Amino acid sequence: MATAVDTEPSVPTESAVPEEIQGRSLSAIAWGRFRRDKVGMWALGILIFLLLCALLAPVITNVMSVDPYSLNPDALDKENGGVPLGCGLPSSGFFCGISREHPFGVEPGTGRDLFARMLYGLRISLLIAFSATTVTVLLGTLFGIVSGYVGGRTDNLIGRFMDLILAFPQLLIILALSGVLTQRLEAMGVPEGNPARITYLILVLSIFGWPYLARIVRGQVLSIREREFVEASVAMGSGTRRILFTEILPNLWAPIMIYATLTLPTYIATEAALSFLGVGLLPPTPSFGATLADSVTYMSIIPSYLLIPGTLLAILVVTFNLVGDSVRDALDPRAGRV
Amino acid sequence: MTGYIVRRVLSMVLMLLLLTLVVFLLFSVLPTDPARLTCGKACTPEVVAANRHNLGLDLPVWEQYWVYLKGIFVGRTFGSGTATYSCDAPCLGYSFKRGEQVTVLIKEGFPATFWLAIGAFILWITSGVSLGIYSALRRGKWQDKLVMGVSLVGYSLPSFFIGLVLLFFVILKWQLLPYPDYVSPFENPLQFFQTMLLPWIVLAFLYAAFYMRLTRNQMLDTLGEDYIRTARAKGLRERIVIRRHGLRAGLTPIVTAAGLDLAGLLGGAIITERIYSLPGIGSLAVNSVVDADLPLTVGITLVTATFIIVANLIVDLLYAVIDPRVRLV
Repeated sequence: MATAVDTEPSVPTESAVPEEIQGRSLSAIAWGRFRRDKVGMWALGILIFLLLCALLAPVITNVMSVDPYSLNPDALDKENGGVPLGCGLPSSGFFCGISREHPFGVEPGTGRDLFARMLYGLRISLLIAFSATTVTVLLGTLFGIVSGYVGGRTDNLIGRFMDLILAFPQLLIILALSGVLTQRLEAMGVPEGNPARITYLILVLSIFGWPYLARIVRGQVLSIREREFVEASVAMGSGTRRILFTEILPNLWAPIMIYATLTLPTYIATEAALSFLGVGLLPPTPSFGATLADSVTYMSIIPSYLLIPGTLLAILVVTFNLVGDSVRDALDPRAGRV
Repeated sequence: MTGYIVRRVLSMVLMLLLLTLVVFLLFSVLPTDPARLTCGKACTPEVVAANRHNLGLDLPVWEQYWVYLKGIFVGRTFGSGTATYSCDAPCLGYSFKRGEQVTVLIKEGFPATFWLAIGAFILWITSGVSLGIYSALRRGKWQDKLVMGVSLVGYSLPSFFIGLVLLFFVILKWQLLPYPDYVSPFENPLQFFQTMLLPWIVLAFLYAAFYMRLTRNQMLDTLGEDYIRTARAKGLRERIVIRRHGLRAGLTPIVTAAGLDLAGLLGGAIITERIYSLPGIGSLAVNSVVDADLPLTVGITLVTATFIIVANLIVDLLYAVIDPRVRLV
């Protein structure tokens, strides 16, 4: 049992490790592996930097003396329909509108600073993605664990239910229900406007996301359920709840962790796509998707308005995915590189 | 085998029934008043009441569902007296906003979506699978790392960003292609190709990225099997080992994924169709949401989900044909 710690990293054992062997927890082993992964460490560094930027957005914008909401008519070219200064001419450069005061340029029409807006957009994007991932993990784990352990009719019912959810055209349903469900949420007491819209996004993203995790968890539970320590617990007369959450759950954290880190970036991208299509937050609130949707109109005049937010979003999603890949390699070395 | 097929078909029918029920409930119970949505702001209570009656929304929900379900099989008639609108057999509802049957609207949008899906499918299967195999055979070398890097970027980038960037550079900046304007391939093949080229590439890139990974992992799994070692040990040439023993077993799971993805795409690629203004089901769906054209939204949802459920069955059955190790009981 003791050596199992090294040969089967995805299933931590709870038994005591004999004295002469240096005991290392699963997370210590995984971290050791992660640290040797150069790409993963770089991505983690960039990610931490981005997270700090989001966290410190108010401080950063204050220091730079920019603000995501205030209008800057001085930065706009009034004779050319309110495009950023220097962008109206056919000969204007690729990165017109960018200045020392506004490193990412300004929004056409309003002159709001794009740098500040992107920082705040990052915050909201991360807030939605993190919350949705948390809800997804809770739902997926709960249903997966129950489905796998209880089996029989319950398992079948949950399975059919998941099939049904997965058959739905996700994007279309989210779009179609946004109006009515946001109203319902507001009627239920969620503050009107953006809070209700954010709640809606978190809810629908999780509702369409949990079945994938539940399937993974169920598969794992099916094999864990047959192991000796579960049998022992049953023999000692533990209740189902104790077996599920104290005996089985701790063995599931590796697959859950892997799933969560790989789901987060897809939620960021989906949220951006939804705002792009017009379901996200209300206009003055900064958001990647909404900015990109707006940039389509100005694409030929202000390329940087499309390229800067888009690249930023891409970097965010790619680094999250890189970290997710490395986490998977560290926790389950056999999965990625066979 | 026959028993299995019968059971699968039965459970599929049950699924489809359940699907209509859920979709129906979602869209008829959740909105506070569906009849109110049928006309805009300048709407008198009389018009709302008339629409409510014409659409059958004054009936109890269960009766409404029954009428809706019956409509799919035998058609139905909306309204009463002189102002009636007939809706033919697979009746998914009548769009009063567009003055047309939902089925007809979906049929009109289908060609664009179909061509988009088929073209992208061919592109992504050929490129994704071949690069995946290549990458597996060069495991650990720089070629493998390059392919996997491209794949990572491909499935990380939001599709609308790739779409917009290509639109900006290829069409606006370098003017290599004219602005997208969809025509039927039978009418003007050149313009059709010029319009579809970028949408195909955008969609294909997205899916190919995923298929590269999938194929690579499948191939590596298969090449690690005992029977591959046996094949090598009995002196077969490497090419034959890969082709006859590796590919066949390694690629069967790809068929499953490909079938489901193609079915999903036939229900409309919302973002790609929007960016390149293709008049397909995806665009229709978004427009129906924007105009609060509830019957049309419900209809498209049902059709799209049906594609996926049916594809699920086909793929499962196909699996047994391709992989003789699968026994259907």
